[in-house]
Amino acid sequence: MRGKSGLICAILALALMAGASVQAAEPIKVGAILSVTGPASFLGAPEAKTLEMLVEEQNKKGGFLGRKIELIVKDSGASAEKAFSFAKQLIEEEKVFAILGPSTSGESMKIKSVAEEGKTLLLSCAAAEVIVNPVAMYVFKTPQSDKDAVIKIFQQMKKMKISRIGVLSSNTGFGNAGKAQIEKLAPAYGILILANEVYDKAASDLTAEVTKIKAANVEAILNWSIEPAQAIAIKNARQIGLKVPIFQSHGFGNIKYVEAAGPAAEGVIFPAGRLLIVDVLPKSHPQKAVLNKYKKDYESRFKEEVSTFGGHAYDAFMILAKAIENTNSTDKELIRSAIEQLQGFVGTGGIFYFSPSDHNGLNIDAFEMLTVRKGKFVPLAK
Amino acid sequence: MRGRHLPVLIFGGLIVGIQLATSVAGNPYHLTQLTMSAYYSLLAIGLCLLVGYAGQISLGHAGFFAIGGYITALLTTHDLSSRAGGASRWLAKAGILSSRTDLYGGELLTVHPWVACLVAVLATVGIAYAVGGPVLKLRGHYLAMATLGFGVIIYRIVLGTEFLGAADGISDVPPFAVLPGLEVSGKAALRASNYYLAWGVVIAAMVLLLNLIDSRAGRALSSIHGAEDAAEAMGIPTARYKLSTFVLSAAFAGLAGVLLTHYNGGIGPSEASVMKSVRYVAIVAVGGMANLWGTLLMSLLLNYLSLRGYFGTYDDAVFGVILILIMLFAPDGLLRRQLFEELKAAVFPAGGEKET
Amino acid sequence: MNSDLFFQYVVAGITYGTIYAVVAIGFNIIYNATGIINFAQGEFVMLGGMIAVTLSRFLPLPVAILGAVAVTTIIGAVIDILFIRWLRGPSVLRMIIITIGVSILVREVALHVWGESVRALPYFTGTSVTSIKMGNVYISPQVLWVVGVSAIAVVALSAFFHYTMLGRQMRACAANRDAARLCGISAKNMVTLSFMLSAGIGAIGGAVVCPITYVQYDSGTPLAIKGFTVAILGGLGNSAAAVGAGMILGILESFSIWVLPAAYKEVISISLLLLILFIRPSGIFGSAEAARLKEF
Repeated sequence: MRGKSGLICAILALALMAGASVQAAEPIKVGAILSVTGPASFLGAPEAKTLEMLVEEQNKKGGFLGRKIELIVKDSGASAEKAFSFAKQLIEEEKVFAILGPSTSGESMKIKSVAEEGKTLLLSCAAAEVIVNPVAMYVFKTPQSDKDAVIKIFQQMKKMKISRIGVLSSNTGFGNAGKAQIEKLAPAYGILILANEVYDKAASDLTAEVTKIKAANVEAILNWSIEPAQAIAIKNARQIGLKVPIFQSHGFGNIKYVEAAGPAAEGVIFPAGRLLIVDVLPKSHPQKAVLNKYKKDYESRFKEEVSTFGGHAYDAFMILAKAIENTNSTDKELIRSAIEQLQGFVGTGGIFYFSPSDHNGLNIDAFEMLTVRKGKFVPLAK
Repeated sequence: MRGRHLPVLIFGGLIVGIQLATSVAGNPYHLTQLTMSAYYSLLAIGLCLLVGYAGQISLGHAGFFAIGGYITALLTTHDLSSRAGGASRWLAKAGILSSRTDLYGGELLTVHPWVACLVAVLATVGIAYAVGGPVLKLRGHYLAMATLGFGVIIYRIVLGTEFLGAADGISDVPPFAVLPGLEVSGKAALRASNYYLAWGVVIAAMVLLLNLIDSRAGRALSSIHGAEDAAEAMGIPTARYKLSTFVLSAAFAGLAGVLLTHYNGGIGPSEASVMKSVRYVAIVAVGGMANLWGTLLMSLLLNYLSLRGYFGTYDDAVFGVILILIMLFAPDGLLRRQLFEELKAAVFPAGGEKET
Repeated sequence: MNSDLFFQYVVAGITYGTIYAVVAIGFNIIYNATGIINFAQGEFVMLGGMIAVTLSRFLPLPVAILGAVAVTTIIGAVIDILFIRWLRGPSVLRMIIITIGVSILVREVALHVWGESVRALPYFTGTSVTSIKMGNVYISPQVLWVVGVSAIAVVALSAFFHYTMLGRQMRACAANRDAARLCGISAKNMVTLSFMLSAGIGAIGGAVVCPITYVQYDSGTPLAIKGFTVAILGGLGNSAAAVGAGMILGILESFSIWVLPAAYKEVISISLLLLILFIRPSGIFGSAEAARLKEF
């Protein structure tokens, strides 16, 4: 008996030791650097909630390749030095397999080289063109490109025979990047910029700025910002009697801004991902199923309206998941090239077509022109 | 060896000890956050001299940090190769400009980090001198608001100006080769050397400040803190001392900004924000207003924890609570000077060198 | 610039100016009673707006606003009792740091209670696009509400301080604390009262500007900085002057975008603050003697 129980014990011990060193039991660590609080919280908070929800859902299904996913979320508060410190921590210490985020372009640029040096995948939820241009091997981004948004707007303006506009933008990375694209692309579409104002993102009243624009006798206003000031801008414009069409950036993609602006939001035209109008999408639309599921899950769990910002985090996670599924491994090199080979991946922001030279994967078709009717987002009639 | 230098040795030993411990335990990663803490502590001890010893509050010191950091970032990333002419070739030969290749293989011609550092610190000192003159004539709330206003102006300038990167800040700042073979950079392989460099700078600064406090200038400062009018009546040129202290603390802040920017490889407008300035003051308060060692230790601890995300989304709240609790219950700080003196008396019972 | 544009800018300036003046009045009340600058003043304005929005979900708007003012007033009293009341002879430095700490705490609590999203109250009269046309100048009815409410606040305060017993007691305390205590006035109660008044005024201001500016957990701090600028501009402690100074600053900021990019608007106002502090710290309307009488 003794010998047998001893043998069993030995086998058990060996199994335990083996189990401890077998990779399959170890969770897959995924890092996330998001601006959950602070000046960019309207980006980071929905992103963090989305990731939390997705990781939980995936873990219920057994995680990735039978291993649980451990999501490590770091709140950077939109501060570059924190993003740097967390990136080093996640890459070198926690040895995460990939980092999702950051939420802002400034932070993404700061840790772009850290991710490259550490050979860790970075799927940024920030919009700036420079994140993926010039292309860095391990760095991807999921939001649509602002260049495409501007082109879409200019195409619409041409259709409406608008050629003289006033431009407003906020002094954030998003606003600056948009303004740069607007100024660069305007001549090609015959658009003349008669007034160009940059305001502070925390501005509480923009009457003076819109007055200056009104004085320039423009045919339309284009506002490019991503925070509450975009609702204030359109409100002030209508209040001083400006009746011209107002265009917004794809940062308007949150119904809260429409609610805040009230009747001033009626008729505002802007490009956005189709998440906001999923209800009126035809059943045959390739994105309908994905968008519906995300919207339903998010709204029932967090009791708040879904926004395109959270959608960027959704896309980042799902792209990672798809790449893992395709390669059946967690080797960073394999995943990296798997992502680069993803074609026709259906996300919330659009349908992604990656390549070694295109680490964003979205083109102008990711956008739909929307407008606001009776306080709701509807597609703009062609 | 003066008695006051013994703590320096002990602290130096602590620094070495931490590094050895982390390498033995196999997690040298902590050195990254400790190195960043070191640079923030450089600012903190300078601020301690100003707020604690000279009694002048400054709610805008993050502004000086930002000035130093942004100037060096701008000079070392702005590509001058398109302005290739006689002047730039001559400057390159003189070593003022240096060329390198960037992440994507392009050629860059930028100012050499040493020159940039010098310019940045000199600029910080110059601005401190210019601003300090009128600002330090104010007292109490007015001084607080003036320094706060200064910080806000710097923040708005770096946030609103395009060639300073606006909201995105400046990235891709190259490493700073302090000596051949020793460079300030965030690369993983250079972790230990950067750690020692950073803390070396801080310890040197500490020695400087400790000597200053025990000198005639230091005693003058204490008297200004205690009763400015009385000090003036005694013939102490208070305005000059206050200004010098202000400029010295600004210099430390600017230098910290330069070094941390090279370490992080970039800087953003968040380094100039009001909240950062408030945090520095909180650290000085918690360490014991007129207590350099207390400030240093608290800065090390609090910055380390904050940079590791220990406080999560409550990061700012923690500093707010610390401020309130310390000011309510221990306005002389947690590590009061008296505590140190009592400890010293216990360790060196009688005779020997004693701090006055 | 034609005259229509000029007046439109003036109207914009008055809008900003009244918002700042409301905050400045709050600063002045506490400063007059205690010599403290309450850096948490901006948070009272934020709380007024936030609580009003929450209450307006299930109460009619006027009741919600009154409720918000009441709750914020109580919070003001609580802050005084918890953090200020029991201190003995605190130094200026200590008080500054405590109120900064309180402001951070209130802001973080607001973040964790209400989340990060922005909230708005409905316009009191009309909607976000109605405007009253005076000549060729458009003015939102809400701006008239803000101006009206501030005017009433200043007048009511003045009356309170000059004609009521309580108000006179507060003034006595401000003028000479020890003498007031010898007369049987409880200095500590006066301080608590001043916090309550200040919180109440801030809350009213917050509720009335909320439709225009929206409110978010961190809207308090930038307002506090502007409000303090205005308070100093007018002379610390002088509420009527604060209104005037607010107008001046607002109009200055409004016209400044004609010459400078709007992102530098705050640089203008802070530079003005520094200029005043260096040249004439007692403010545009204040007098040097009156300023010296105040203990700071």
